Amino acid sequence: MQKQILSGNEAVARGAWEAGVRVAAAYPGTPSTEILENLGALAASPPAALSEGDNLYATWANNEAIATEIAFGAAVGGSRSLTAMKHVGMNVAADPIFSGAYAGINAGMVIISCDDPGCYSSQNEQDNRLYAAHAKLIMLEPSDSQECLDFVKAAFELSEQFDLPVLLRMTTRVCHSKSVVTLGERKARAVKTYNGDWTKYVVLPVNARRRHIIVEENLAKLREASYSSTLNRAENNPDTKIGVITSGMSYQHAKEAFGDTVSYLKLGITYPICTKLIADFSEKFEEIYVVEEGEPYILPSVQLSATVPVVINEPFIQGELDAERIRAAFGVAIVESGVRKAEITTSAPGRPPVLCAGCPHRGFFYALSNRNGKYVGVGDIGCYTLGVNAPFNGMDICICMGSGFSIPIGLSKALEAQGDTRKVFGMLGDSTFFHSGFNSLVDAVHQKANVCLVVLDNSITAMTGHQENSGTEKNLMGYEVPKVSIEQMILSTGLPKERLLIVNPIDQKQMGAAIDTAISNESGVTVIITKYPCALLKDVIKARGTTHCEVDPEKCVGCKSCMKVACPSLAFDASKKKAYVADTANCTGCGLCAQMCKVGAIKEVK
Amino acid sequence: MAKTTNLLFTGVGGQGTILTTKLLSNALVDAGYDVKMSEIHGMAQRGGTVNTQLKYGDKVYAPNIGEGEADYVIAFEKAEALRALPYLKDGGVVLTDEREIYSMPVLLGQAEYPHGWLKETEYNVKVIPAYEIAEKLGSARDSNIVMLGAVSKLLGIAVTLPPKFNAKAFDAGREAV
Repeated sequence: MQKQILSGNEAVARGAWEAGVRVAAAYPGTPSTEILENLGALAASPPAALSEGDNLYATWANNEAIATEIAFGAAVGGSRSLTAMKHVGMNVAADPIFSGAYAGINAGMVIISCDDPGCYSSQNEQDNRLYAAHAKLIMLEPSDSQECLDFVKAAFELSEQFDLPVLLRMTTRVCHSKSVVTLGERKARAVKTYNGDWTKYVVLPVNARRRHIIVEENLAKLREASYSSTLNRAENNPDTKIGVITSGMSYQHAKEAFGDTVSYLKLGITYPICTKLIADFSEKFEEIYVVEEGEPYILPSVQLSATVPVVINEPFIQGELDAERIRAAFGVAIVESGVRKAEITTSAPGRPPVLCAGCPHRGFFYALSNRNGKYVGVGDIGCYTLGVNAPFNGMDICICMGSGFSIPIGLSKALEAQGDTRKVFGMLGDSTFFHSGFNSLVDAVHQKANVCLVVLDNSITAMTGHQENSGTEKNLMGYEVPKVSIEQMILSTGLPKERLLIVNPIDQKQMGAAIDTAISNESGVTVIITKYPCALLKDVIKARGTTHCEVDPEKCVGCKSCMKVACPSLAFDASKKKAYVADTANCTGCGLCAQMCKVGAIKEVK
Repeated sequence: MAKTTNLLFTGVGGQGTILTTKLLSNALVDAGYDVKMSEIHGMAQRGGTVNTQLKYGDKVYAPNIGEGEADYVIAFEKAEALRALPYLKDGGVVLTDEREIYSMPVLLGQAEYPHGWLKETEYNVKVIPAYEIAEKLGSARDSNIVMLGAVSKLLGIAVTLPPKFNAKAFDAGREAV
């Protein structure tokens, strides 16, 4: 069999492919995005010829709830299905997940949650293992790429066997680490017949009460079956007095920290947890350690069922776990000799992420920041969240998807109540608009909120690495699809035409005028759409060729006006007192800096 | 305790740090090692720091490298080499491109770029002009392939470069260390 080095996300996609998944849907979100990207690639060009009647449909959905509902519909209809999301996406999808578990499935359904301990690219560190018990989902936790592939296959089997969706819970380190994987073949599966059993799939109270009982019975059966499941694994090392109980990536960190000096019970099925397994394992040792990244989730089960003392450590709730933290928590000496922290005296300057050279959002945030004192900014989740940074300081608040258009409704009321006349500006991108921003906009219009809502339309879901959305002409599999018009959606709310301003954000005259109009409108909603594509889009890069800006040193007077737009391609030579384009490869020649220059020193060149 | 060789790659978003680590990972798998690589990139596409970590040996457990655990720090930018030094093991080797890329706080005049740190350090630092070499060979974008050549020489690992990459840049990297 073929060996490859794959990331956890690539391996999950491959495993689902091999398991005969037919429908996959997701909304992009780091660290989960590559799962659907890979399934899209497998759907577009299968690695082997498909059997007759076999197929895979992979699609982006506008949000995680919709993706889950698409997958649920497919599973109930009889096709194996999958959805994948970042941890906070599961909050959005919680409604269909909770009730879908009561209804049960028909063909297997796998829900993948990619958590982000350490907040590498997230707004919180929520531990979605806690969702499993709450939502009544079977939960599996892989610890490397081979397990990602194997566990997703097992997840489909368990889902069908116990008539429940399975939560495959991953973390950033599992998703984005690569390790060696042995590939298998796709096993085509016939679609299961759809039976339309409304007593199961319509969650009327009468059905839900009955289904709840069945769900609990099924979970109890799995708890029993888990005792002999190969997804759980005991590693008994000779002459060890300590037993470590762990799961997922925490297992790898524990192995790194303790090596063969302890024995391990590695749980693959972490909901329901088989207490008998823990009791049997624990009795061989003097003490039990529980090593788990995030909330103390396994610990209570171990405390209830272990037959020997359980050592309680300070839980690893904040930040990512590593071997060193485990060693420190359990008082283990550093295993390798000669390891020490390098002593450094000089420090490196910070390198925070910034809006790219040529980013259209820069034009908007620059224009907005020029109206200091006249606005309060509310942001959303996307590249434009970076507008919070100096020198723009473009927002005070940003918490979750879609809230950029709804927080302003409440905030404007509160500001009005204290005589604060600043206009509240909400801002979000095209993808976020489709995700949930439109719902908020409908409310704002309906409630006649005194706000300005800005759709920063760069024609792509940019932050997660350029995924298609309902506003693009192609879908995940590369097929042409109808492009949904944001403009028409907005006007469909009944917003007067003159209250919708569509501008080029790089053009500061247009952009500034639109913001001024919004500020001067004394009541009701003003909507601005900034239309300008992401500078990193392949087509945009191709069309640009070598176009970039240059500063004429003869003309430059060193006033630094151009530096105010904070473009990463533009630098200032302090000794010569001249601005210059330091990175001509990435400068797009958008010309925003040139508009700042009072002496006409900046010109576009090819 | 399984003995592994640990590498930390660091650079600035867009420099090809992740791609270089992937190419080296593939070579190590072909050479029969157990290999794990972590590529946590967060918001790196927007010009932030990119770190990738690569471990290989008979058996690798955790895919990430803690402070003081890297046998090699491979930096595509000079200040990033400095930032990654806490990861270096006692006696470890730093390989860095001498290129300087100024971050936004430096561009805005809020922070100073540490131009001279290489001269002050007692660490085993190898500096190569990877960006310059690549530029002379026709494409500055291939500086990561120059770095890959240099790393393969340091590690004594044969890398079969896929045809779409610049073999001259790779060879130049091997000669540079």
